Amino acid sequence: MSTTAALSQTQDTEEGAIQPAKPAREEGELPQSKRAIWIRVVIATVAVAVLMFPMYWMLRTALGSQTELSNLPVSLIPQDWTWSNFVQPWRDYPFARWMTNSIVIAVVSVILTLAINLSAGYAFAKLNFPFRDLIFLLIISTLMVPVQVIMIPQFQIVIDLNLLNSNWGVILPRLAEAFGLFMARQFFLSMPDELIEAAKIDGAGPFRTFFQIILPLSKPLIASLIIFTFMWRWNEFIWPLIVLTDSSAYTLPVGLQFLIAQFGQDYGALLAMTLLSILPMLLVFGIFQKYFVAGVATSGLK
Amino acid sequence: MTKAAKVERWAGLVLASPALLVFTVFMFVPLVLTFWYSLNSYSGFGDLEFVGLENYTTIVSDSTFWRAAINTVVFTAVTVPMGIALGLGAALLVNRWMPGRGLFRGLFYVPVVISGVASGVIFLRLFDPLVGILNQLANSLGLPSVDWQGDERAAMVSIIVVSTWQSIGFGMVVYLAALQGIPREVYEAGTVDGAVGWKRLRHITWPLVAPTTFFLVVYAIIQSFQVFDSVYVLTRGGPGNATTFLVQYAYEEGFNQRRQGYAAAIGVIIYVVVLIFTVLQWRLSRTRDEV
Repeated sequence: MSTTAALSQTQDTEEGAIQPAKPAREEGELPQSKRAIWIRVVIATVAVAVLMFPMYWMLRTALGSQTELSNLPVSLIPQDWTWSNFVQPWRDYPFARWMTNSIVIAVVSVILTLAINLSAGYAFAKLNFPFRDLIFLLIISTLMVPVQVIMIPQFQIVIDLNLLNSNWGVILPRLAEAFGLFMARQFFLSMPDELIEAAKIDGAGPFRTFFQIILPLSKPLIASLIIFTFMWRWNEFIWPLIVLTDSSAYTLPVGLQFLIAQFGQDYGALLAMTLLSILPMLLVFGIFQKYFVAGVATSGLK
Repeated sequence: MTKAAKVERWAGLVLASPALLVFTVFMFVPLVLTFWYSLNSYSGFGDLEFVGLENYTTIVSDSTFWRAAINTVVFTAVTVPMGIALGLGAALLVNRWMPGRGLFRGLFYVPVVISGVASGVIFLRLFDPLVGILNQLANSLGLPSVDWQGDERAAMVSIIVVSTWQSIGFGMVVYLAALQGIPREVYEAGTVDGAVGWKRLRHITWPLVAPTTFFLVVYAIIQSFQVFDSVYVLTRGGPGNATTFLVQYAYEEGFNQRRQGYAAAIGVIIYVVVLIFTVLQWRLSRTRDEV
């Protein structure tokens, strides 16, 4: 229920955020002195430098040769660049396979999550059907149930469905996530009923209304759902770790965890693979950055 | 009933049914089964053996469980306030216009989008007792090396550092939304009364973002009761049980020791804790709205 609270408290900003982002309200800001601005720039630069240092060190280690890295102290800037850390593990381990698994799982999860949450969110928000509110209450009461609580029986269910070591074993159980459904319903609730009434008068049935009128107006919602689902499924660890026991079925986080034991002190190769595993996510973040921020602001979640 | 209403009923059921199906199979059934398993002894194979509340009575006298519970509480008590303070600090820093504001915001948020496993590996290198840069730095300052993996307290500190690193950006973004909601007039009125700088933060901003702080505190508590990924990579719960947290312990019992009934009982306990905080937040936010 904590998202309810989050939403109720961000309600005033909500509409602005989920509809195309308002231009930054520069005009509404207090005037600030030049000196104050520069002090903030300096502090922010230092803070970001500290925060980003681990990222830089990953890059630096990934590009360093083994001899250079074993020479203490390791210099801050690589002396000679080497790509061998990328080449060798890529050749020796099914890294490409893991990446494919991760991509397939993330993309299929996004598509199914979108389909399920958009349609159910609309039904719960705007259509009348028996037990609607009771069912929604049941679903929303699981909003804060972490997968760790139900992982034991869920594992048994996956075995019974014969989905162990398959992408579907990772994808299907995680579709039962109330967050997206909740977000979709909130979004559709804020749509005016007149819009649907008008479509009805024009003779459109509920399905046509949904597909031709409602969905085209839901782009901000769709963008948020895509981004968050992709991020969560891409980064997910404990569930794939349980379901995927065969090394060719691993996703990137599970494979990475496996490589730690393989590489031991060979950090160059390990961090090269770490870098490769987060690169797609960083790319998605770089492109959709403003939706990430708008999405968090809207939902107040994750 | 009119024909249109009938059509709407059907449409509603059809559109809601995929969600209903996945929630039934993968949420409601497992949730009920978790409670059922916790009353049984089960190895994952063969039959369940009903043992009543035995798993729970064993937990009460299980020193490892209590260690994991205390670790989780300590971890929560340190990371939550730290995450809040740093998140608010970052938000205040990049809230108003400045050169490169978008870039700063984006960089603060980068650790949030990285997987817990990748973060764990990145920090594994930094905290390495032999070749890690943190010990190199300590040595060059004339300080002794810290055994980040062998020393109990140091291992806990390393987990706290990674978790905080991952959470600052989230707090920042949520606080940014709250700060944007504070009307300029409030600050202007405050300036007339001499509320600038620290005073403005204490007497205007902090009270006005209190609902957000409250949300973040509860949310962070719930999150920290689920910490697993970076711990699994960084310390595996060690040395000894120094960084074993509740989820880690449930995973270990359920999937390595194959005591699934016992692990389910730990799951039920995590569920109850999360539920308490969820209800607490819901109740308090309601009373607040009524005021």
